[in-house]
Amino acid sequence: MAKSNKPLVWGLFAAGGTLTAFVTPVLVYVTLMAAYGDPPAALDYENIQAFAANWLGKLALFVVISLSLWFAAHRLRTALHGLGLRADTAIAVAGYGISAVGTVLAAYYLVQI
Amino acid sequence: MSRRPYVRRISTTTWYLKKKRDLVHMIQELTSLFVGIYGILLLWGVKALSEGPEAYGAFLEALTGPLSLAFHWVAFPLVLYHAISWFNVTHKAMPIQRGEEFLPGKYIVGAHYVVWIGFSLVVLFVAGVF
Amino acid sequence: MSDLQLELEILRYDPEQDQEPRFQTYSVPCQEEWVVLDAINYVKDHIDSTLSYRWSCHMAVCGSCGMMIDGEPKLACKAFVRDYVNKTVRIEPLANFPIERDLVSVLDDFMNKLRRVKPYLIRKEEKPLSEGEYRQTPAELNKYKQYTLCINCLCCYAACPQYALIPEFIGPAALTMAHRYNQDSRDQGRAQREEETASHEGVWDCAFADACSLVCPKHVDPASALQQMKITSTVDWYLEHLGMGGKKS
Repeated sequence: MAKSNKPLVWGLFAAGGTLTAFVTPVLVYVTLMAAYGDPPAALDYENIQAFAANWLGKLALFVVISLSLWFAAHRLRTALHGLGLRADTAIAVAGYGISAVGTVLAAYYLVQI
Repeated sequence: MSRRPYVRRISTTTWYLKKKRDLVHMIQELTSLFVGIYGILLLWGVKALSEGPEAYGAFLEALTGPLSLAFHWVAFPLVLYHAISWFNVTHKAMPIQRGEEFLPGKYIVGAHYVVWIGFSLVVLFVAGVF
Repeated sequence: MSDLQLELEILRYDPEQDQEPRFQTYSVPCQEEWVVLDAINYVKDHIDSTLSYRWSCHMAVCGSCGMMIDGEPKLACKAFVRDYVNKTVRIEPLANFPIERDLVSVLDDFMNKLRRVKPYLIRKEEKPLSEGEYRQTPAELNKYKQYTLCINCLCCYAACPQYALIPEFIGPAALTMAHRYNQDSRDQGRAQREEETASHEGVWDCAFADACSLVCPKHVDPASALQQMKITSTVDWYLEHLGMGGKKS
């Protein structure tokens, strides 16, 4: 029996699940306010720009975006199997592919700020 | 005496509707879809931010659209559920042994809740919500 | 004098007669303190001697009377009839296993998987007898004690949605038994066991639905064991791929 290479993505999944449990609810609440046309001060261009211009801010945004994607890709792979889809390889390639592209794009946009 | 074991088949597409426990687990797994979409929404915001104030203003404007509003209302309870269901089992993945005994799971779960609520309040405060 | 009446709807399957299982209803006069196993024994002794099922100890130790009671995998000796009054209770053999006859399941799959995970102490080198016993502190014992409580009743497999979907999945009880030995301070066999437990069919087919732990009559918490194994397997995988691995022992 060959050992699985799943640990590679499982590490990202577990880290992402934990991180998003801590941060995603409050972030969704903040952008929910923006969705009502009443964004809090932090979302003003000057403030958010200053946050993302700082390398710590960049790192935070990068990690949250990237790990959200890896977490979702890995968990949805299991969920879709549970829903009866059996094209596991295609689902894995698509999900992890989107996560990898999203990770690269996040880094690319953030260094430009 | 002849052996002829009978195999009961289950539906591979609807099995989770048969039992509440399985349905709850399936919903828990599907909350990740909203965490993922929200990651893409953040990526979109960062892209807009990198393109300057005008693009960012358009992003904030787009957030007020009906699709965004609907997404936020569906996503909010589901990402809350993701957080709660995730924290509630943390002690299983990471039990802590102190001396001979294991720390009761409620302390490990409780610590996660304390940090979660504290962090969320700090974010809301820093963001200028209150 | 019976205290309450129980309607049992028992799955019957005779491989020599039946094309598929059917249900047969029995009305059983029960005493208040009876468990479901007592009611089934009453059927066997007084109503229908053709009924087949497994049981032995009647005290949640032997693990042979695991069955589906009202849709949940339970030990028939630990489920009280008073919790099922005024309704018809369905009794079926454990879900996710083939039916041998009536309430008797075919357990060969589990037995083979249990063998594969090497559920025994593995030493790289045995200490000579003259050096004495392998000593263990209470803290070292507590690290795995909970997992020794498994009685192989297989209620966890009957509850596991992943085992239902992926029959190759090694599954909760067998993997937990591997974890029990991995956690034992006297054991040195984790690398050997990981050949099975860290394969796709091992811990990686687990989706952490937690159903195994919720139904476990002995509170073994297999889900906890499997999540810990995922973490350890991940660390071992990274160490191995970064060239720092404790290779096969």
